[in-house]
Amino acid sequence: MWGSIEVLLSLPAYNVGLILNGLCVGAVFALAAYGLALVWGVMNVKNLAQGEFVIMGGYLAWYIAKTTGMNPLLTLPIVAVLMFVFGWAIYVLMIRRVVDKDLFTSLLATFGLAIVMQQALNLAFGPEVQVAQFGRGSVSMMGGIVSILEIKFWAFGMCILLAGAVVAFMKFSRMGQAIRATSQDARAARVMGINTDRVYAFTYALNSAICGAAGVLVAMIMVIQPYYGVTHSVRSFVIVTAAGIGNLPGVIMSALGLGVIEQYSGFVLGAEFQVATVVVMLLLVLIWRQYQASRIRQVVR
Amino acid sequence: MIATNTNERLLQIAVLAFGLIAPFLFPAYIQQIALLWIMILFALTWDTMGGQMGYNSLGNIFFFGAGMYICAVVQIIVGGYDVGEYTAAFGAIKVDITDTQYFTGLFIGLAAAAVGCVFLSIILGFFFFGLRGPYFAIGTLGIALAAGELIGAWRWVGGGSGISLPLYPGSDIFPGSADEEGLFFYFLCMASAVATFLFFRWLYKTRFGLALNAIRDDEEKAEGMGIHTMRYKTVAWACSSFFLGISGGLHGNIVHFIEPLEVAFPTITFGIFMVAMSLLGGKGTLWGPILGAVLFHVIKEVTWTHLLGWQWVALGLIIIVNVVYFQQGIVGWLMERFPERFGIRVETDATAQGKGGAD
Amino acid sequence: MGNVIEVRGVSKAYGGVIANKDIDLNVADGKITGLIGPNGSGKTTLFNSIVGFHPIDGGSIRFDDQEISTMRVQQIARLGLLRTFQQTRIYGKMNCVQNMLISIPHRKHRFLDMFGHSTAADREKADSLLEFVGLYGKRMLPAGDLSFGQQKLLEFAMALMNEPKVLLLDEPTAGINPTLINGLIDRLKRANTDFGITLLVIEHNMRVIMNMADTVYCLAHGEILASGAPEAVQNDQRVIDAYLGAH
Repeated sequence: MWGSIEVLLSLPAYNVGLILNGLCVGAVFALAAYGLALVWGVMNVKNLAQGEFVIMGGYLAWYIAKTTGMNPLLTLPIVAVLMFVFGWAIYVLMIRRVVDKDLFTSLLATFGLAIVMQQALNLAFGPEVQVAQFGRGSVSMMGGIVSILEIKFWAFGMCILLAGAVVAFMKFSRMGQAIRATSQDARAARVMGINTDRVYAFTYALNSAICGAAGVLVAMIMVIQPYYGVTHSVRSFVIVTAAGIGNLPGVIMSALGLGVIEQYSGFVLGAEFQVATVVVMLLLVLIWRQYQASRIRQVVR
Repeated sequence: MIATNTNERLLQIAVLAFGLIAPFLFPAYIQQIALLWIMILFALTWDTMGGQMGYNSLGNIFFFGAGMYICAVVQIIVGGYDVGEYTAAFGAIKVDITDTQYFTGLFIGLAAAAVGCVFLSIILGFFFFGLRGPYFAIGTLGIALAAGELIGAWRWVGGGSGISLPLYPGSDIFPGSADEEGLFFYFLCMASAVATFLFFRWLYKTRFGLALNAIRDDEEKAEGMGIHTMRYKTVAWACSSFFLGISGGLHGNIVHFIEPLEVAFPTITFGIFMVAMSLLGGKGTLWGPILGAVLFHVIKEVTWTHLLGWQWVALGLIIIVNVVYFQQGIVGWLMERFPERFGIRVETDATAQGKGGAD
Repeated sequence: MGNVIEVRGVSKAYGGVIANKDIDLNVADGKITGLIGPNGSGKTTLFNSIVGFHPIDGGSIRFDDQEISTMRVQQIARLGLLRTFQQTRIYGKMNCVQNMLISIPHRKHRFLDMFGHSTAADREKADSLLEFVGLYGKRMLPAGDLSFGQQKLLEFAMALMNEPKVLLLDEPTAGINPTLINGLIDRLKRANTDFGITLLVIEHNMRVIMNMADTVYCLAHGEILASGAPEAVQNDQRVIDAYLGAH
């Protein structure tokens, strides 16, 4: 551990590599976190199956690429559409019934969904760790000390593109406006003739599609495995809890920060601490939020 | 209270009688029935937090695992070994301890597990009781996940490769029995579950029970009325973790080998079973969690092997269906159906006396 | 007789909206003090500041000669300063008797009292207070099944059970059937005279407040507009303007 810290101090270029890697990975985390903030803010559903959606998107990309020989990056639109349909179906089957129940219900129901999805993925694709091969090598920088997979830059670009598309959609399309109206006051929206059930269905499906897209990128820049979803779910919760709901710049900043922190902990402490880092971050963020709240005599609710 | 007093007494006697006879009637299923007692303990302790107090913890399994590790470490120390060396050898040390060492180690270990978990719950309560609703659920889930990961990286307690526990020595507690060890731990499990039941039954009848329910129904109001909410919450978690710690210590000794992710902190199996069982039976009631635990465990043990890999999918579906369509649970459903049986009624005679009121 | 609550120069803003500005207010011991004002004039904000629901931006609040503006809700409640809510809050899934039994004065409690059983005296008192507000016959029903008006009465009874020194009532007659208001005024007065509880009452209903209060404060736009005897405040031109919207 001390050895790694010495390396970081004596070779500043290493830091550049870690930060660049962290930013690229963090951008992908931001997508799933934004999806969570969306369903949380609009329909008050805490989706604990968030990570499983990501992993499922990853498996779809991996599977399509493997069977058709397509480049996995090109499967992104297909996966997004498939996941959109999947999300809509899940909404109709179960989420519709938990929207207006108390908060724990949605958390537990989606936890159940997460278990089902993990196992289904395991039965369908097996427990092995998989990577979707993008097939382009690494980019070398700073005289060869820093080398970053080219796909990471592609992923970063894709994230900006997707985030921009979603923001534009929320701002300018009719459905986007309806979603924003519903998130502010569902009852008023209903009185004004907005079909909130459709809005909820669309929001949940959109979240699923965003997660699916993030999953495609995850399958290429990280690895996928049926049980790795939990970590992605926890990441989304860390980011959204740190940023607060409905704070898009905050979500992006926290996601990038989390990405960088994970890279550093992976380098300094070792890869076996990856999950631990994420979960400990969650606990720290929660404690910090409580401290903030207690200063104005409030609690985190 | 769920039923009239005589009925409840009969139920208690029936359960107790079954518990005493069962290991001799079904000697092949001792371990499963012992596990059933642990499941009942799980459901009861979860319900204190989730059902009675409204703090839905997804990480109560943390105390199970913590108890398991504390008990194991104490057993090794009492056995006269250095913990670091013992775990580093990973079973290569030929464990050689006397019977007395084994039993003193076990009982001191169980006591230490219980007390240690109480301490841990007080510390965690201090840091996490400012979280409400879903945040508390996520935070506790985080605690359990983090514990599994961090223990896995802690060499002194064996890290990810775990600890093998000292084996049960022969003794003459149950002379002539084929499965002495099974019986020994079976009765310990049963005793701890029964103790849990009696303790919480008593607790819910005191002011404590009322305060827990008040916190569940409206914590802000409870604060506004001057109830020491933090005190009640901390003590409730401490009671619940006391028994969970003991169950962890016992379970570790039943399975002989403990490791962090699958055995000690199994968040998505035992950790979620607790919740599912309480909800199935009816949370916030005394007998609901027990009923839920029995049903859940029996269904699970009977169908599991026939599902050929689909059992976890089935488990997830059970949770979803339970939460989405049948949230009040069996006892809750009965209360809705037959409110008079549960003492929910208007006293017409008395209304006449106390007249002059609103509407 | 002295003042049991002294509010001095209290201000509170939510973001840019100033809800309370430099408020001075006294609650005389053993009396009924009224607080009136149009909607949005900052009455409930002032209540929340006094009972410690949120921090104040400046000023001081003293209760029994003790600064309470930095204390937490529970501590203040245990000193004997209690409030009821405008949107009535009771423990919905517990029955009325349980609601009453858990409302005993916690300030007297030591650690081990948590595990005590409710005493016969507690039960008797709970029953008699439930009878006092006319809910005795419904005492075994879950409080959440009561009507809004009944819940309001239950909340009032719970507050009395707590034996506070001062009780802050947030619109006690709102949502109650007009024919029952006289009965309620009577009970509030009896709480003051028979149980010796000082009352600070937010009220929209002029008739109610004129009937009850010894002193009245009028709040508008977050500031104290007028104070004094009920008749004087009622006839104050500024108060009339504020209520009729001439401001």
